[in-house]
Formats: sequence, structure tokens, C-alpha cells
Amino acid sequence: MTTVLALSGISKRFGDIIANENISIALRKGEILALLGENGAGKTTLMSILFGHYTADSGTVRVDDVELPSGKPRAAIRAGVGMVHQHFSLAPNLTVLNNVMTGTEKLWSFKSDTAAARTKLLGISQRFGLSVNPDARLGDLSVGEQQRVEILRALYNDARILILDEPTAVLTNIEAERLFSTLKEMAKQGLSLIFISHKLDEVMAAADRIVVLRGGKVAAERRVGETSKAELAELMVGHRVTRPIRDAATPGAVALEATGVTVRRGGVDRLKDISFRLCEGEILGIIGVSGNGQAVLSHLVSGLAEPSIGNIRLFGEPLANLGVRALIESGIGRIPEDRNNEGAIGEMAIWENTVLERIWTPAFSKYGLVNRKAGIAFAQRIIGEFDVRGGRPTSRTRLLSGGNMQKLILGRNLHVRPRILIAAQPTRGLDEGAVAAIHARILEARKQGTAVLLISEDLDEVIGLADRIQAIVKGRLSPPVAAETADPRMLGLMMAGEWLQSEEAGHAS
Amino acid sequence: MMALFDILASAGLWAAVLRIATPLIFGTLGAVLCERSGVLNLGIEGIMTFGAMVGWLTVYNGADLWTGMLVAALAGAVFGLMHALLSVTLGLSQHVTGLGITLFASSLSYFLFRLNVPLASTPPTIVPFKPVSIPGLSDLPFFGQAIFTQTMPTYLAILTAIVMSYVIFRMPLGLAIRMTGENPHAAEAQGINPVRIRYSAIMAGSALMGMGGAFLTLSAFNSFFPTMVQGRGWICIALVVFASWRPGRALLGALLFAFFDAFQLRLQPVLGDRVPYQIFLMIPYILSIAALALVARRAKVPQALMQAYRRGER
Repeated sequence: MTTVLALSGISKRFGDIIANENISIALRKGEILALLGENGAGKTTLMSILFGHYTADSGTVRVDDVELPSGKPRAAIRAGVGMVHQHFSLAPNLTVLNNVMTGTEKLWSFKSDTAAARTKLLGISQRFGLSVNPDARLGDLSVGEQQRVEILRALYNDARILILDEPTAVLTNIEAERLFSTLKEMAKQGLSLIFISHKLDEVMAAADRIVVLRGGKVAAERRVGETSKAELAELMVGHRVTRPIRDAATPGAVALEATGVTVRRGGVDRLKDISFRLCEGEILGIIGVSGNGQAVLSHLVSGLAEPSIGNIRLFGEPLANLGVRALIESGIGRIPEDRNNEGAIGEMAIWENTVLERIWTPAFSKYGLVNRKAGIAFAQRIIGEFDVRGGRPTSRTRLLSGGNMQKLILGRNLHVRPRILIAAQPTRGLDEGAVAAIHARILEARKQGTAVLLISEDLDEVIGLADRIQAIVKGRLSPPVAAETADPRMLGLMMAGEWLQSEEAGHAS
Repeated sequence: MMALFDILASAGLWAAVLRIATPLIFGTLGAVLCERSGVLNLGIEGIMTFGAMVGWLTVYNGADLWTGMLVAALAGAVFGLMHALLSVTLGLSQHVTGLGITLFASSLSYFLFRLNVPLASTPPTIVPFKPVSIPGLSDLPFFGQAIFTQTMPTYLAILTAIVMSYVIFRMPLGLAIRMTGENPHAAEAQGINPVRIRYSAIMAGSALMGMGGAFLTLSAFNSFFPTMVQGRGWICIALVVFASWRPGRALLGALLFAFFDAFQLRLQPVLGDRVPYQIFLMIPYILSIAALALVARRAKVPQALMQAYRRGER
């Protein structure tokens, strides 16, 4: 097979950090190549160099044996390289068609040929089975559909080589499966693809060949048939990784109990008649496809939303009109679902973020003045204890990788021994090493008697951690099942809302 | 009640609306162009003042009126270049640089004016633009008087709104500008140079602001005094939001504000003995705020407005 794309000897450093060191990769026609590596292994930097967002310190990029000038996205597009960014490069206020056709015509031509563009777009969307409404406002589309637009845009630019940066990071499982079948179809039609990932399952399922990056270098290259998940995990992290295992334990007293709670917002029942009971030293897993009321549920137990009907009891006391602060003081720790927007303030220093939740306590402020020294010392302890890498207490939080930011958030909660921990999607988007670390910490908290409410859409995570599991579907909670009796198939059916139908049928009769 | 009706039925009112609206149309269109590319240009007040001064001074020194307009536009573009250097290349806060340019341009206007024109009890004057009569149209009863007795720059302002609407919504260039204002990284990923787009949009927009100012000295009045822009620039900034960043609606918004203003002027003599005149002066602003509150809540702000674009950084 012919080589369509060759990266040779690419090196790039940012200050003292070496992001890429002498990396050489070849992509063949009609092939799906996975670039596997942990966060910070240099995958995205490499692809940004290839696409011309960055300029390499040394090395060349050749497409069809012609060298691309560095630092020019336009040249990459012309050579037939298309990029699907992890954080979409789209404009939410413009229509799908506008997003796709921007930059494809001469800027000064008198009239935009929207009719021709529409025909071309629809043709491509039919050819690859990527259906889309050209006139929809982009911001109104779901994340999966927006990604489809990114792919379509690359194809619209006549891309023959497609690069996808962590394409499944934002997708649900079902959307991800659909994406991979689309990618395979594209490869079959002669396109060549590189996708970046840190998820072993999807790399094994979708790629033909895998290049493993570690610490900015190529650690290994394998054909899919000749390797295993275990080997890849070891190659990627550099040592053996195993997710921690839950020991048996007897739960203690009831910590948090909801009976018949309905939360109504804007005339809609976001949560409907839900009941659950969470005991000390126990992990209750709430599984569900995201967007089924998880956000409201975690807001409810963190004091950001109030029940319209029904009640919640915290250690046997009714929880009524308690604010966020009162809940924190009563021992509730929280890992919010959206760590960048709700979990931490990116522009503020790490130490400020660590003490923000309890800045009013005498340890961190007196007479209305913040005790900087104590805050920095506290942050330093958490950084050490929870292995947060990539920042000092005074550096900006936004510079941390997702995994390290999550460790920081977890650390500031667990350090004070919360009686209840609300963990919403605690490992979303994190690499294998970070997942194992977070899981170990959560299990440790359980052992020390913390009651953990784990809200997640990751089946393996819930099965691995939770003692009991309830599914959330359209704002309703299924009855709990014991983790020992649950298997992925059963949970899949629960997430699809099968219990809901039988329940409704029961009501009807 | 009869008095109100008389005011509304007078052709003079409607002619005044167009006249008062003209600098606002230019200014608002200029601001729309800047903001569509993602840059707030609070230099507008100063740029309008400078345009008023430099346009007038050019004509006062013997050039013809259109040369005055052109010089005002070029001067506007130069201030636009300055704003672009500060806010795009250096990525400084657009609020601060814009206000800085307003202060700088206003003071510089007065300074240059005083260097060239000695202090006098009555300010020197020029011969401004004359109303052009359009054969046929200008002779129509009522409408001829109300609409077709304006000076050329007023017609030019209306034409500019139509052209800009076409450019922004129909030309690939307009799409590139909109994309840059929504997400410059996306524009770059599509091979568009966001820096170049922003520079061009700011300079062209500022040129329009300069022309808006020049209208005041070359058409509406015939002399320059330093406070003559009187916050029109700020009105334009508000009108941009009212217009939801659309040139057609910018035209409408400017006309609406001008209507309130012309109306209150004519209401003063009627009710002036019972109500203090300051109340009337407030009317257009109060009504504008009310209109803004009604319309602007649904407006779609360019998503990258006021965000500096730095290459390779997210």
C-alpha cells in the first residue's frame, strides 16, 4: 500500500517541556491508524504540527511525498489533510452550511454560491451516511451532530487524510459506535485516517494499526491483531496498571435518603418521583446516558436545587432550604460533572481553588482577610498527597490537565474527610493512569466510612466501584440492584429504561 | 392631541429624522462591522469627533466637500489601525484601548483645531452640502418634502447600509468576517487569517465612523466645536445591540432614535411651559433603553466579541 502521509523526525519543545521528540510515523492509504497515549504524551501537539497550527522545531511533514510548509493550515487543507478538533472549531451562531463553506470560496467573489455548496454537502453526507440539516443553527445541534459537521467540513474541503483528535471524548457510547462504523466506511472508500485516543477499547475496536506515544516519543507500534489491551496499557503508561478492586464491606447508618422527590424547573419535571438511600461506607452508583437528569440530581444533593415535591433527609434530619455552604459544613464533598466550569476556576491559582470551598473557616481567613500562607501550604499538601502534576500552588489552574485538575478537586474534598461524597462523572475524559488513581481514592474514602453517590455513564466504572446500582432515565430512578447481581447487559437494559416501561404498564393496568 | 398630530403630519419632522439619523447610521454600521469581526470599538466617540474636525478643517482650507469626507474616512481608518494594533496584535483589553482612543482622538481634535483656527467669539464657517433634489421624486406632495430633500451623504449612508448587509450576508468575505467574530480559531482552521480580517474590519468600520462625524460639520452644521458629537458614538454602540449586529436593523434603529429626537424637539415648544425641557432631552434616551431592553435580550452576540485572538492558543 502507498504511503500517503509521512511525519519524520518531528521535535517540538515548549520552554523546558519536550512535547515531541524525534517522532516518525507513516500513514498508508485506506488505513485507520490510532495514536494512543496518555494525556500529555504529545499526541495533540503532533497533530497540531501536522495541520500547521504549530511550527515544529525540526522534522518534516510530507503528503504524497511533497513536503508541507510548516505553520500553514491552508497548505495542509489544500494538500488534502482535514482535522476534526477535540474542542470543535465551529461557530455556534452560524448555520451548518455556513460553518462548512467558510473559507472555501475566494473572499472577494461577489456572491457566495450557496446552492452549489448545499448540493456538494448533501452529496457527501449521503455518500458517508452522515445525515445533517444544512440550515440548522449549529448551536442547536447535539454534540454528536456537531462532530458530524466537523467531519463533513473536512470532507467538503476534499480531505483524503482525516485526523480526529480524541473524537469520542464528548460522545455517548452509542454515538461513539456510530462514529467508528462511519470511520470504517471512510477507510473502505479510500480515505486514510488517524485518530487520537487514550481509550484502549476503542483503539482495539476501530484501528488497523496503533502507534503508542509516551512522554513525547514513539513507545511502540503494533498491528491490532498482534496485541492486547493489557500490553497496550503497559506500553502507554510505562508500567503495569490495574484498576483497584472493591473489598466487601458492611454499610453503616443511613447518610442521605430521598423519598419521592420531584424537581420542577421551567414547568418541566427534571427529576420525577425519585427515591434512593445512601449509607455510610457504601457507594451507590447512578448509571445513565448523560442528559437524563444527572446534572439536576447532583445539584439537588449539593444544595443548588430544591425538591418541588418530596423530601431529602441528611443523617435523619430533613434537609430544607439549606444553602450550599451549610451543606459543605455538614460534611458533603462534591466532584461536579463539569470540572472546568463548576469544579474549578481556571484563571485562578491552584491554591485559591483548593481553599475556595472553605475560605470562610478560621484556618484560611481571619477578620475578612485571606490567609495566603495557610492556603498555599494547604494546596501544597494536596498536591503532594494526591499526586497532582503540572503546577505549583501559585500557578493557574487552567494549565493543569484534566486528570490532574480532577485529582485536585478530589483532593480538596477528601482531605477534610467528608461524610458524603457526590462524584459526578469523576473520570470522564481521563486516561487510564488517572482513572485508576481516582478510583483508588474513592474506594479509600468508602473504607473510611464516607457515603459515596457515584453518578456515571461508564459501565465498567459503576460495576467496579458501586455496591448498589440504580439507573437514571428521563429524570426517573430505577429500583436499586446489588452490584454482585449486575452485569453489563442487564445494566444496558436498565439504562435503556426497560424497567420504566414495565412500571408504566403496571400503572396502566 | 391635535398638536401631536400636527407634529407627526409635518414633512419637516420626517426630513429632520433622516438628517439626525445620518451620523448614527454611519457610526452604527462602522461599529457593526468591527463587532462582527469580534472587536468592540469604543474609540467611536473620539473617531467621530476627529472626523468632524478634520473633515471641516480640510474644507475650511479650501478643499471641496467630498475631499473633506474622504480625509475624515482616512483619518478614521488610521485610528482604526491604532485600535487594531493595540487590541488585535497586542491583544489588550478592547474596552480600555477603545476608551483610550476616544480620549486621545477627542483631545487631538481640539488641539489641531486650535492650532489651525484662532480663538474667536463666533466660530468660522464653511459652506456645507446642499440638499439635492431628485427630479420627479422631490416634487411629490409630502414625501418629496419629507424624504427627498436630503444632502448626498444621507443617501450615501442608506446605500452603505444596503451594501454592508449584502457583503455580510451574501459574500464569502462577510462569512469570513462573521466566522472570525464567532470563533477565530475555527476561521483559522479553515485557512482564513483572522488577524487580517480583524484589521480590515476595524479599519473600514472606523472609516465609516469618521464619515459619520464629518457629516456633522459638513452637512448638518457648518462649523466645528469640540463637544459637538455629544455622545452619539455611545448611542451607536447601543444601537448595535438593538440591531442584533445586522446592518439593516442598524439603519432602522438609527431612524427610530432620530425620530424620538426630532419629535421631542418639536414637542418642546408645545408643552414647554408646563414641563422642564430637560425631560424632553431625556425622551430619546429613555425610549432607546426601553427598546434595547425589549429587543436585545434575544440578540445573538458574536461569540468571540472582546476575545483577543492568539495563534496556537486556546
